[in-house]
Amino acid sequence: MTSKLNLDRRVIDSARSHAKNIAESMQSFINAHTTVSTERTILRLLGVDGVDDVDRPLPNVLVDAIKDAGGLPRGVAYWVGNAVARTEKDPQAIAEAVDAGELDITGLEPVTQAEARAALEPYVQASLKKIREQTVKRNEYLATIGEGRRPYLYVIVATGNIFEDVNQAEAAARQGADIIAVIRTTAQSLLDYVPYGATTEGFGGTYATQENFRIMRERLDRVGEEIGRYIRLCNYSSGLCMPEIAALGALERLDVMLNDALYGILFRDINMQRTIVDQFFSRVIIGYCGIIFNSGEDNYLTTDDAIDAAHTVLASQMMNEQFAVLANIPEEQMGLGHAFEMDPDTEDGFLMELSQAIMAREIFPKAALKYMPPTKFMTGNIFRGHIQNALFNLVAVWSGQSLQLLGMLTEAIHTPHLHDRMLAIENAKYVFNNCRSIGEEVEFKKDGKIQRRAQEVLRKADELLAQIEKDGLFPTIEAGKFAAVKRPFTGGKGLEGVCGRDELYFNPFIEEMLRGAK
Amino acid sequence: MNKAVATNTVDLTKIKPYGDTLNDGMIQTSFTLPVPDGDEAWEAARQLARKMGLDEPSVVYHKDMGIGYTYVVLYGKCQHTVDYTKIHVTKVESDVMSRTECEKFIEDNIKRTVTIVGASTGTDAHTVGIDAIMNMKGFHGHFGLERYHGINALNMGSQVPNEELIAKAIELNADAILVSQTVTQKDVHIKNLTNMIELCEAEGIRDKMLLICGGPRVSHELAQELGYDAGFGPETYAEDVASYILQEIIARGRL
Repeated sequence: MTSKLNLDRRVIDSARSHAKNIAESMQSFINAHTTVSTERTILRLLGVDGVDDVDRPLPNVLVDAIKDAGGLPRGVAYWVGNAVARTEKDPQAIAEAVDAGELDITGLEPVTQAEARAALEPYVQASLKKIREQTVKRNEYLATIGEGRRPYLYVIVATGNIFEDVNQAEAAARQGADIIAVIRTTAQSLLDYVPYGATTEGFGGTYATQENFRIMRERLDRVGEEIGRYIRLCNYSSGLCMPEIAALGALERLDVMLNDALYGILFRDINMQRTIVDQFFSRVIIGYCGIIFNSGEDNYLTTDDAIDAAHTVLASQMMNEQFAVLANIPEEQMGLGHAFEMDPDTEDGFLMELSQAIMAREIFPKAALKYMPPTKFMTGNIFRGHIQNALFNLVAVWSGQSLQLLGMLTEAIHTPHLHDRMLAIENAKYVFNNCRSIGEEVEFKKDGKIQRRAQEVLRKADELLAQIEKDGLFPTIEAGKFAAVKRPFTGGKGLEGVCGRDELYFNPFIEEMLRGAK
Repeated sequence: MNKAVATNTVDLTKIKPYGDTLNDGMIQTSFTLPVPDGDEAWEAARQLARKMGLDEPSVVYHKDMGIGYTYVVLYGKCQHTVDYTKIHVTKVESDVMSRTECEKFIEDNIKRTVTIVGASTGTDAHTVGIDAIMNMKGFHGHFGLERYHGINALNMGSQVPNEELIAKAIELNADAILVSQTVTQKDVHIKNLTNMIELCEAEGIRDKMLLICGGPRVSHELAQELGYDAGFGPETYAEDVASYILQEIIARGRL
């Protein structure tokens, strides 16, 4: 592909190579550590589910019991494998026995690591089979009923009540939406457990639970069959339970998940060690089951300036790409994020937005780029907001974005009403259809404003990545280079749930999943 | 029916909306009814508009929402009037100074560093409001409090428990606490703001520090009802907040 922006291939290669070195330098840290959420994820994949009499999820009960006994560095896979070998109970029965106080899981006569692995193997394989069946089901749908054209129309529902969400989602699907994202209730990212069952109370969103995922999946499949278009479901693999929610997404056939290597650190003040370890397992799961991940670079531009900090978005996309490579995620599943967030009063702002969006497409040609709408400069003037969203839609179809999160004219006022979403879909369909081939038809003036903007952003991203490679990723975050937010290495939430692995540690799912789903 | 009478004089005791002729009362509205698109739905919309006080309601657009619901855009003429001469609105009573004027005001009148701590508290994860007021960069060309000489501004970020914000304010002996609330679904902001006041009273700092809240759905009147000293809503910037705080420090003799 020839570059419309006249981007220098060597600068792209240099930036990518810095990002690769940064991601790889983190891998030794990741491979030497585990976290409570990573361990709970293993339990969920082994089929441990349910809650105790005070609503504590059994994966938490069991991991906490092992942690309290000092056994976390060895990992739950060893302890459960050991217990399976010694008691011949299944993992669920073992969790229940520990909860009932009938089993001291770290007190049993120890087997070797190989024996523990062998004891777990049937449960690991059964779990992987279940996940692969969901992938097969998705592919069947895509082959039979098909899907919408890209950019996919992506809308959110956020009523707090899953039974209301399904109605709003159905309406949106019938109006033309391709992806339904269920926004989570506002504090869930900081919960160190995944709530249980169907939920009807949430603020600014709905709890992510396995049952809520199932309820929404069922409705979207039914609607998709009726209207002849597969409707993708999106939720959040982020926060303190990042990998656990990825596992639930894999089991309940989510198609898209918000998942960013740095977002939780910067915007939720989650400890960086915790996040870096958790993001790896979550991405291994996501890669294995065909989910598209969405990284959160768009958020940098809500706290930092969209013009000055554009290169931080590109630098972070490069790192998210390389973290994803290490987790064996195909390029087509990389929903790298970026956003249309410049002050609308900026002269030629549209040209810069267009330039950057095309730049992202040229640098990540196969990625499922996720483009985010204006939020920071949405004012409550719904009429002007609708026009801002139209310009955003124009850039998207022009630059060939993949996932278009539709802007709502009522952004900054309330979570979307039924007709806000309809108007947003109508807006996008109009612009996409009316300008469908604009990207193939229009070229840019050599060394004009559009070309120069992209070249400048790329150059600065390359410089930043070179600096990060030199300084290290953790110190860079400590210094506030991303989103103008500073986070300390030992600060933030969730650090107490991180520990080193001992010599008997193993995570059978990471090992199996990295081999791929074939 | 009240026909609009051509006049150029506004009667301030009886104002009503203006479309293109004084006192025509024109209002545009749009909404969704949970019934299928069709004659009955449009008539339902018109009847509802009459109950809202709109004469001659006219459904100018309608659309099937896909689940047996109908969206309408409707125009009508408002029958009601309001006496503008009797309006009373509670406002923040301070002169708004520019950043440099604020800095000079501190130098000339307060003669010490003013400390302000702020956060988006409770479950609220949105920092756009508190960042716009406090962070160096500010918003839309209005620098934030961190940029002000003479002001020590600490932005604690989002999802900060009210208790932590109060503890930090006590530790720093702050002059003012800023509480930002963006999420308002099911009035969660009211509950959280009320909880903050109760905690401040319990800690005995209610009368020692200025308590200020802000957010897209916050008004000064609401803030005062809840027990805050002031509230700042949309289209207010760091200088509005700083001006108020600095003048109150003088007015309350907290030098």
